[in-house]
Amino acid sequence: MAFRFPAIMKTTAARLSALYLLLFTLCAILLVFYMTSLSATMLTEQTMETINEEVQGLGQAYQRGGLPLLVRTIERRARQPGANLYLIADSNGRILAGNVQSLEPGVLENEGWTDRPFAYQRFGDNSAERRNAEASTPGGTAAEVAPRHDAIAVVLRLPNQMIVLVGRDLSEPERFREVVRRALMVALGMMGLGALLIWYFVGRRALKHIDSVSDASRRIMGGDLSGRLPVTGAGDEFDRLSENLNTMLERIADLNEGLKQVSDNIAHDLKTPLTRLRNRAEAALSSQSTSDDYRAALESTIAESDQLIRTFNAILMISRLEAGYSSEAVAKVDLVAIVQDVVELYEPLAEESGVELEAPVTGSVVIDGNRELIGQALSNIVDNAIKYSLDAEGKPAVRVTLEKVGNEVRLRVVDNGPGIPDDVDRERATERFVRLEKSRSQPGSGLGLSLTKAVMKFHHGHLELAPADPGLSVTMSFPQRETGK
Amino acid sequence: MNVSILEPGEIAYSGPMKILVIEDDREGAEYLEKALAEAGHTAHVARDGETGFALADSGDYDVMIIDRMLPRRDGLSVIAGLRSRGNTTPVLILSALGEVDDRVTGLRAGGDDYLTKPYAFSELLARIEVLNRRTASRETETVYRIGDLELDRLSHMVRRGALDITLQPREFRLLEYLMRHAGQVVTRTMLLENVWDYHFDPQTNVIDVHISRLRSKIEKGFSSPILHTVRGAGYMLKAG
Repeated sequence: MAFRFPAIMKTTAARLSALYLLLFTLCAILLVFYMTSLSATMLTEQTMETINEEVQGLGQAYQRGGLPLLVRTIERRARQPGANLYLIADSNGRILAGNVQSLEPGVLENEGWTDRPFAYQRFGDNSAERRNAEASTPGGTAAEVAPRHDAIAVVLRLPNQMIVLVGRDLSEPERFREVVRRALMVALGMMGLGALLIWYFVGRRALKHIDSVSDASRRIMGGDLSGRLPVTGAGDEFDRLSENLNTMLERIADLNEGLKQVSDNIAHDLKTPLTRLRNRAEAALSSQSTSDDYRAALESTIAESDQLIRTFNAILMISRLEAGYSSEAVAKVDLVAIVQDVVELYEPLAEESGVELEAPVTGSVVIDGNRELIGQALSNIVDNAIKYSLDAEGKPAVRVTLEKVGNEVRLRVVDNGPGIPDDVDRERATERFVRLEKSRSQPGSGLGLSLTKAVMKFHHGHLELAPADPGLSVTMSFPQRETGK
Repeated sequence: MNVSILEPGEIAYSGPMKILVIEDDREGAEYLEKALAEAGHTAHVARDGETGFALADSGDYDVMIIDRMLPRRDGLSVIAGLRSRGNTTPVLILSALGEVDDRVTGLRAGGDDYLTKPYAFSELLARIEVLNRRTASRETETVYRIGDLELDRLSHMVRRGALDITLQPREFRLLEYLMRHAGQVVTRTMLLENVWDYHFDPQTNVIDVHISRLRSKIEKGFSSPILHTVRGAGYMLKAG
């Protein structure tokens, strides 16, 4: 696979890496400077200490043997390899002894430490260098090409006005500084190279991963909803991302399936009455119709349209509830009052149908909710319960109860009708438009339970259908938050 | 016991009303204009919010029917504007938005009643009759009397002729509402809204059962019906 630089540069990883590289380089440069200056300072301090010791030794020699011993000591020390700088001059600055050939002018004038490094030329080792220098720069004068070194020194004035200078060459610290700098540069260079290599391989791996995810998502966008993103099994963040996206795809596929089912159901449940409507109007228009026929046709048309409108309203309400209602619609409501309202509303109907409707519910149970929605949901369930209890073997009865279990309030409607014996049927009963075969003949949109389910979802509660033996038990569970009372 | 059933045509509506209709849908507006004229009322139609506002502001209407979604100026803004100018003409909001919070915002903006499209004309007619500004408000009366039926709102006593009638609290409120609007058609949804304070559409004829129970209490033993069923519309309390 070719190195795709532009593609790599487009990745976030590459941009971050470039930024890091820049920061790293800056830090490295600072580090080099700091290290070299620190080591130079240390070396200078060491140098000065050495010089101080020399001065002390020379002072002792001078005290013991006067000038001759001092000169001898200096001559001896000056000849040692790698020796310090020694110089004795008269009060006019003329050099009398030592290993210094010439000095920058003015160095000997002030006593004490020289305030800055000065240039000098040394005896002894300069002949070879001078030849080299002369060869490389023909026509140059000896003074100009003689190797110049930098040094620091202490200048002392003897009681007889003679001048003694003890110093040390600075080329050694300079060389050391150079070595440290070079070593650091090499190390940093290698680190940078390593970082680049790692970046390349890691980046390429990430890129490959992302490319495969992009490919897969493009396939899925292309219509293959069953496609899933690759999971390598490494358990890294890419896998986690892919797994989450796959779960999301799963959910989308579910929703899609649900939508398809709903549109099939809408097609069926709305097309059927629309067809009926149209057929009736067509039949009424036929030649043999009397005005009574027209009236009957129009009346049934209105009744049928009302039913259609009701179905539409229920569909709209469910979708709005599922999309989330405005929180403005929620207030403190008393479930007991709602139960009493609904039971009282249905009581005459139940009595007329010979159904015993009872609700031993008293006190008050306050939750956050919408009275209108809960009232409608409960009346749907009570309505159903009354209808189905009519098929009971004994005396039809519907019982509404309310109980608090932990942080939940359970509103339960139990009838003693035939119930829904089949577990699968019971599950499906709350789905949109699902009307179990037995109930197809009953009037209704098939949306009552799914509307109730949507209302429960809106209240962060849930709806549960269970066998009541005999009959059906429908439980609406509302979460109850502590009101602080 | 015979149940008295009136045909909508037999009902004598209150005197002709002057009605302003603000509705942008041409067909809907024309239908309303024609149907209101047939019911004996005069309707003026405005097709956008600004025109409607100008008409409402200058004219002297008994009732206004205002659609929510209008060109140039939103229906709720028209109502709020009129209310802020001291116009108290009753407003029936007509809207395709029929959810709980839509109704609440509509009434909060200054509407007096809310009807969701599509609607039955009988429902709309019943509601504007009740809203009619010129119908004497019986809100302040403490005793309602219709024929020989008497309801005392303070002592909660109901009697017909010489007979005391015992009613459940809800039956009392039902009769109270019917008597307050005696001579007017009251629909099932109006009853559910005003007596039970719920705005949904009950699937079964629960209201009818309540009415027939009430009817048996106030008509049993009397020869003349007083609580009439209006076919295709609702109920009406009327003497004779």
